[in-house]
Amino acid sequence: MHHIKRPKQRIKESRGDAAFTWINYSILLTMVLITLYPLIYIVSASFSDSQAVVSGKVWLWPVQPTLDGYEAIFKHKLIVSSVMNSFYYMIVGTLFNVVLTLMAAYPLSRRDFYGAKLFMVLLVFTMMFDGGLIPRYLLVKDLGMLDTRWALIIPAALSVWNVIITRTYFRVTISSELLEAAQMDGCNDFRFLWKIVLPLSAPIIAVISLFYAVGHWNQYFNALIYLKDQSLYPLQIVLKDILVQNKVDMSMVADAVEIAEKDALRQLLKYSLIVVAAGPVLVLYPFVQKHFVKGVMIGSLKE
Amino acid sequence: MRTVTPIQAHPKVRLRLLAAHLKQAKRSWQLLVLFSLPLAYLIIFQYWPMYGAQIAFKDFIPVKGIMGSEWVGMKHMTRFFGSYDFWRVLKNTIGLAFYHLIVGFPVPIILALGLNYVRQARFKKSVQMITYAPHFISTVVMVGMLLQFLDPRTGIVNQFLTLIGVDPVHFMAKPELFQTIYVLSDIWQNAGWGCIIYLAALAGVSPTLHEAAVVDGASKWRRIWHIDLPGIMPVMIILLILSMGNLMQTGFEKVYLMQNPVNITTSEVIDTYVYKVGLISDGLNFSYASAIGLFKSIVNLLLLITVNQIARVVGKESLW
Repeated sequence: MHHIKRPKQRIKESRGDAAFTWINYSILLTMVLITLYPLIYIVSASFSDSQAVVSGKVWLWPVQPTLDGYEAIFKHKLIVSSVMNSFYYMIVGTLFNVVLTLMAAYPLSRRDFYGAKLFMVLLVFTMMFDGGLIPRYLLVKDLGMLDTRWALIIPAALSVWNVIITRTYFRVTISSELLEAAQMDGCNDFRFLWKIVLPLSAPIIAVISLFYAVGHWNQYFNALIYLKDQSLYPLQIVLKDILVQNKVDMSMVADAVEIAEKDALRQLLKYSLIVVAAGPVLVLYPFVQKHFVKGVMIGSLKE
Repeated sequence: MRTVTPIQAHPKVRLRLLAAHLKQAKRSWQLLVLFSLPLAYLIIFQYWPMYGAQIAFKDFIPVKGIMGSEWVGMKHMTRFFGSYDFWRVLKNTIGLAFYHLIVGFPVPIILALGLNYVRQARFKKSVQMITYAPHFISTVVMVGMLLQFLDPRTGIVNQFLTLIGVDPVHFMAKPELFQTIYVLSDIWQNAGWGCIIYLAALAGVSPTLHEAAVVDGASKWRRIWHIDLPGIMPVMIILLILSMGNLMQTGFEKVYLMQNPVNITTSEVIDTYVYKVGLISDGLNFSYASAIGLFKSIVNLLLLITVNQIARVVGKESLW
């Protein structure tokens, strides 16, 4: 079809190339469908009638649309409070992350930074060798962070990978002429970073903020080992109980009497919960996607 | 053999060198101030646990602390090597890692090569946007989705099987299917994201090479084989080295969530084992668990160095 619409007449494709194009588009389309179908199914199931879901009547689009699943979620107190907690960890945590990452990446990007080589080695080595789960747990315990909000924020305050891509971004975008010119005018490093580097770094800040924010939103393991207090639980821990361990107290969300009815509602609740948990991130990320090229690609490839 | 006498700098010269160093450090003082906080983080949260890993060679007693506990040498390591679980856990870890590497590694490359030949910008953008998306789904939700889809009674996969007249399968209760479910779902989730880096590498391939090849009448297949693949080879090798270095680092979170009493024979890997021995069991075997964790970290480091060395000699490509 698109052959006809093409404005410029191109040299006719050879047979092999035409076959290639066909196969290529088929593969890509198949991949898209395989990726999309589960996502669409979950959204459709979450809006369907619970009986229709468990009896396999939902295939692509919602059947007898209802909002029962979502209603059940909002009645579940633990889900609501954990969503609030997750927002807290995400916002405060990301703020810490981004500030610390910039503070690490900018000096490392400067070729005249005294000790840059040593610090870089210190940084990269942590990617290759890890003290292990137990010593880390003992450290957090000794610092008195167990069962506090800090346990989810401070130990994960810096990702080495993000420091490296940010550093490379600075190296590529902030020219040394710019720095020299500013230094001539008597601008010190703090001012230069604040007034000149940061305003030029919106793409990379957007990208690392997204990475960190998603990381916090999706984080469950640290909460699993560091938190016992239910009132501090992030969403993922509650999700784990409901989705994976099937522990859901239906008396909290519905007054359905019959067991079968309860069971069906439980399945429906799970689908709605998946949508609520994954939705915000999936809706957000396309806005940052256009920066991936600028941020990640420059950051990860050069040097 | 000739002995080389190290060049001894004249004391005065050395003094001047030191002064120059200090001067440079002083000139970077603002950068040092900036870096101090991240440095403190690194030392406390990355290097202190490495120091704390010494409890692998001690009998750790909480009241005595890391320093005060008694050295016992290789006791915990040997106990692990000799234990019934050792071979099973090691086999599962390595098996899962290789399965994942062999099946998962080519998919992002194929996707990137394919996308690279798509002319319609909008189609290309859409494919990218859609295939990246699952990467942002959390592990818990991912495993939750698997359990929903594969549920023996209400899951859509078994609904479909029933529809075409096949008996329902309880997928999660089959130890022999665990690795396949893990690997395939991981590809579903991460292959799109993984292709970004290859797309960037492909963008760096000089267009003149392609033009020349087209003039010479090379087909697209040949251009992929002779131009694109060599063009992204350095990136492929770097990523291969990195994933070899992470071979034992199977996705703890996902494996742990996918585990159940029935599939534990194939799903217990080192990371989950450490967690259970160290933090869940009543004995609080901190030292034993640390020893297992340390064993894993050391094997990882050795693998990374070895593979890097091989790549340097064979492919003239390496991390350092």
